[in-house]
Amino acid sequence: MSTNQTATRQSDALHVISDTQKDFLTININGQMFGIPILQVQDVLGEIKVTRIPLSPPQISGSLNLRGRIVTAIDVRKCLGLPPLEETDKRMSVVVIHGDELYSLIIDKVGDVLTLQEKEFEQNPATLDVTWKSISLGVYRLDGEILVILDVPKLLLSLQHTH
Amino acid sequence: MDDLIVEFLTETNESLQELDTDLITLEQNPNDKNLISKIFRLMHTIKGTCGFLGLPRLETVAHRAENVMGRFRDGNLEVTPEYVSLILESLDRVRFLLGHIEATSTEPEGSDAELIEKLDAVYEGRDAFQNGGVAQAEVKADETSGGLEMPTFDDVRTMLAEQAPAAPVAEEHHAEPTPSVAEAQVKDHKENKDSKESAESAIANQSLRVSVDVLENLMTMVSELVLTRNQLMQIARNDKDSGFVTPLQRLNHVVSDLQEGVMKTRMQPIGNAWAKLPRIIRDLSVELGKKIDLVMVGQDTELDRQVLEMIKDPLTHMVRNSGDHGIETPAERLKAGKTETGTVHLRAYHEGGHIIIQIADDGRGLPLEKIKKKIIQNGLATEEEVARMSAQQIQQYIFHAGFSTADKVTSVSGRGVGMDVVRTNIEKIGGSIEMNSVEGKGSTFSIKIPLTLAIVSSLIVAVGGERFAIPQLAVRELVLVSQKSEHRIEMIKDTPVFRLREKLLPLVSLNDLLKLGNDSHISSGFDHKYIIVTQVGGYSFGLIVDQVFDTEEIVVKPVAKILKDLTLFSGNTILGDGSVIMILDPGGIAKVTGETSMPEDADATAKISSSLGGETKTSLLLFTAGNDAPKAVPLSIISRLENIELSSIEHSDGQMLVQYRGTLMPLIPFNSSVQVGTEGQKPLLVFADRGKSVGIIVDSIIDIREEVIDVQVSQNKPGLVGSAIISGKATEIIEVMHYLNSVHGDWFKDHGDEPYLNQSGSDTVGGRPVARKILLVDDSPFFRNMLCPVLTVAGYDVVAVESPIKALELSERGDKFDLIISDIEMPEMNGFDFATKVRSSKEWQNIPMVAMTSHSTPEDIDHGYKSGFDRYIAKFDRETLLDTINRTLALGGHQS
Repeated sequence: MSTNQTATRQSDALHVISDTQKDFLTININGQMFGIPILQVQDVLGEIKVTRIPLSPPQISGSLNLRGRIVTAIDVRKCLGLPPLEETDKRMSVVVIHGDELYSLIIDKVGDVLTLQEKEFEQNPATLDVTWKSISLGVYRLDGEILVILDVPKLLLSLQHTH
Repeated sequence: MDDLIVEFLTETNESLQELDTDLITLEQNPNDKNLISKIFRLMHTIKGTCGFLGLPRLETVAHRAENVMGRFRDGNLEVTPEYVSLILESLDRVRFLLGHIEATSTEPEGSDAELIEKLDAVYEGRDAFQNGGVAQAEVKADETSGGLEMPTFDDVRTMLAEQAPAAPVAEEHHAEPTPSVAEAQVKDHKENKDSKESAESAIANQSLRVSVDVLENLMTMVSELVLTRNQLMQIARNDKDSGFVTPLQRLNHVVSDLQEGVMKTRMQPIGNAWAKLPRIIRDLSVELGKKIDLVMVGQDTELDRQVLEMIKDPLTHMVRNSGDHGIETPAERLKAGKTETGTVHLRAYHEGGHIIIQIADDGRGLPLEKIKKKIIQNGLATEEEVARMSAQQIQQYIFHAGFSTADKVTSVSGRGVGMDVVRTNIEKIGGSIEMNSVEGKGSTFSIKIPLTLAIVSSLIVAVGGERFAIPQLAVRELVLVSQKSEHRIEMIKDTPVFRLREKLLPLVSLNDLLKLGNDSHISSGFDHKYIIVTQVGGYSFGLIVDQVFDTEEIVVKPVAKILKDLTLFSGNTILGDGSVIMILDPGGIAKVTGETSMPEDADATAKISSSLGGETKTSLLLFTAGNDAPKAVPLSIISRLENIELSSIEHSDGQMLVQYRGTLMPLIPFNSSVQVGTEGQKPLLVFADRGKSVGIIVDSIIDIREEVIDVQVSQNKPGLVGSAIISGKATEIIEVMHYLNSVHGDWFKDHGDEPYLNQSGSDTVGGRPVARKILLVDDSPFFRNMLCPVLTVAGYDVVAVESPIKALELSERGDKFDLIISDIEMPEMNGFDFATKVRSSKEWQNIPMVAMTSHSTPEDIDHGYKSGFDRYIAKFDRETLLDTINRTLALGGHQS
């Protein structure tokens, strides 16, 4: 890819995607595939006991102990305005780092790590749900599927302001 | 030895040692710019610090050496081997002086004239090596950094030596008879040799510099170790026969010691951050021609080093502000009726897991009008908005970013300069800052810093299936309640209360407060619950929880940023069993559950302003008696609430009595329309006073409300203060004293006691009673209304006013009183300031003053005496009040 093309890329995505190639951890929520830039991912956890935090925003499920560090767990389904999982359904979480704090994003399932080409990246569709748009960096056109890239810092910031 | 000197020695010795290795290369490469700059910086630092510490000899040497190094550094003099020796000689001299200071805390006798002469010669370009050719050096000499600073420094030093007892070293030095130069030089040479041998400084070897990061890591690891220890202890507890018990116990001790040790490495007394402040204030007062006293209390309060570093600059800034903008010039102060010398109070103390730092001055306060103008000018608010704002809200604008710079330009004497930065810095470490300023009276800034990094002992409790930690510091006691036993929770409407040793304790259901939403306490009937009696400041309340576990040492970890708004928690932690637990903040709970005297967050401006605006909230018990109109009494004066069996009432001499706790208690129906039959139960308000009780029978108890009492309709009916709107209904505020007096009089007579009327109040001068005049100053209409009758009944002539300002108006009018009773916490002007005013006034300076307050710390009392009060008593304590009045009057005028 020439430098010219790089320059014309959407400014939106510039701060995250600067290489021609990028790795993403894919996750599945309610049948939709999402991607998280791999560099932000600290850990992937199975089901883990969470302590409720009274009076916290509903999107925050609680906090948990990850090898001696306290991690705040966030229910991504609630952030996206999706119905909650059934009690019996299995869930997983992806631990991401933000600032110097750890947050655990509770999602349905973790998929593969994908290496994606810059040319497949596209801005959010203009008609995308406002909530989704606000926490998505953009999308990748994959074969038979669309991958929505989660803007983790924005997702966390939005929680700070909801209450 | 002074801590500062020790620190200075350690630091300088380190730098010198570092230089040692480099100096070897100096001979080979005499014009090494880096090295020259390094030596220059060292000399510069030594010079600067010495001036501050009062070490004139070392300062002079460093100063002259700095001059020369400056020339080398600027490249207008080439370093030749001869100069290298001179540099080394200077360094050796510095080292020798340091060694001597270290050994004896004073500078050695003697002079460095020879060395100084050499250095000056080089500096001025008149030494043998530069003769000819380097004349231009003279022109440039003035520009070297040392040359310019010199006069200032000397001035300051002389000033210090003359004025400050804090610089004994300097004085000593001046007082010394100067030995002849030759003699001194011989001596110096000898000492020089000694010092070379002892180049390895003793102090440098005793302490070690460790980066905070290392300590931080160490602390984290110790925290983990503590948690693991807790985990092991828990396992061992369940398995008593295990062979691990003994070694575990030892581990326990070692870990505790280790933990304490590591904590200690990070803790420093706040006095370290204050060390420079007296100097700053002194400089300021000289510079500005003001008289300023700096009073520091609580220097020993320890806090985390990192936190200390973070608040150092904001503190310095604020103290400087207080001296610069707050305190007026002596002339202005005299004009305003204040003493010539202004005072800046700096206070630090622990409170509920926080450290509070207060900076208070008795200066001119914040100029409201100017701030208002500035707000409108800067477009921060419209004129109408400003007009609606309270003083407190307007003052908050000094924390506004950008407000400061504008202030500076127009030289408004507000405190705007950099306050936004101060606030940002404090908030960065999770602290808060609040301010209270009264124009003309001074300002008080309170900084509250949480102990973010600390291991605290906490009580683990469970409620609604969740566990929480409560810092043990705030826990006074635990009570197990069961609805069948004597210790039970009673309801007043939906408000649970508990009788704790003759007092009603307000209760907070954690389940409801945290909206845990589990079974409501009403259905479970509070059976087998625990009350955690918690105290925050002077306010006690009970937390209802389901279960109480053990106490555990926990490491307070700050909550994630996105949870920062949850004020009920001070942090979270990981327990011995590995689970995460939230730490409750008793201060936060007290605040949300209605205690208004708690310090408010700066952003809760509106709330502050209402509580500071004189509208103090009072907890009121609402009840009905006779008709349906609700009536109210302040909860604080009720001792107990009882339900009385009407059949148990006995009559004696027309007085209803009941056997109560082993004594006979007189009963009175609230009024004649309260039907006291012989069957069933009636609620009883019990007032206890001086070990004697009176019960007032009422019809029903409605609720407990916390309200601002605003008496709208005053009635001249006995027993009634007036009517106020409480929770939307017209409510009669009851003057309890009326009822109590009606019984107390009889009560005393029955027991052979004389009522106060004859006992104390009036002086009998020649058989003719002369009523003494008392001035009562209290902002709360309730207390005014309650105390007036008490005092009147006791035979005094009482004038009550709602503020010191009103009182001072009386003074101007020429009214005379025999005694002044004043509240302490009042808006606009507090009792201390009032006392100071009274003492400095012509008319009233000899009138004895009694301070009356609901909570008082020893410092408050001390402050009270200093301000001019003669006595200090607690509110509600009627007997002491009357006794004190009597005795104070007997003593005559103010005893200064």
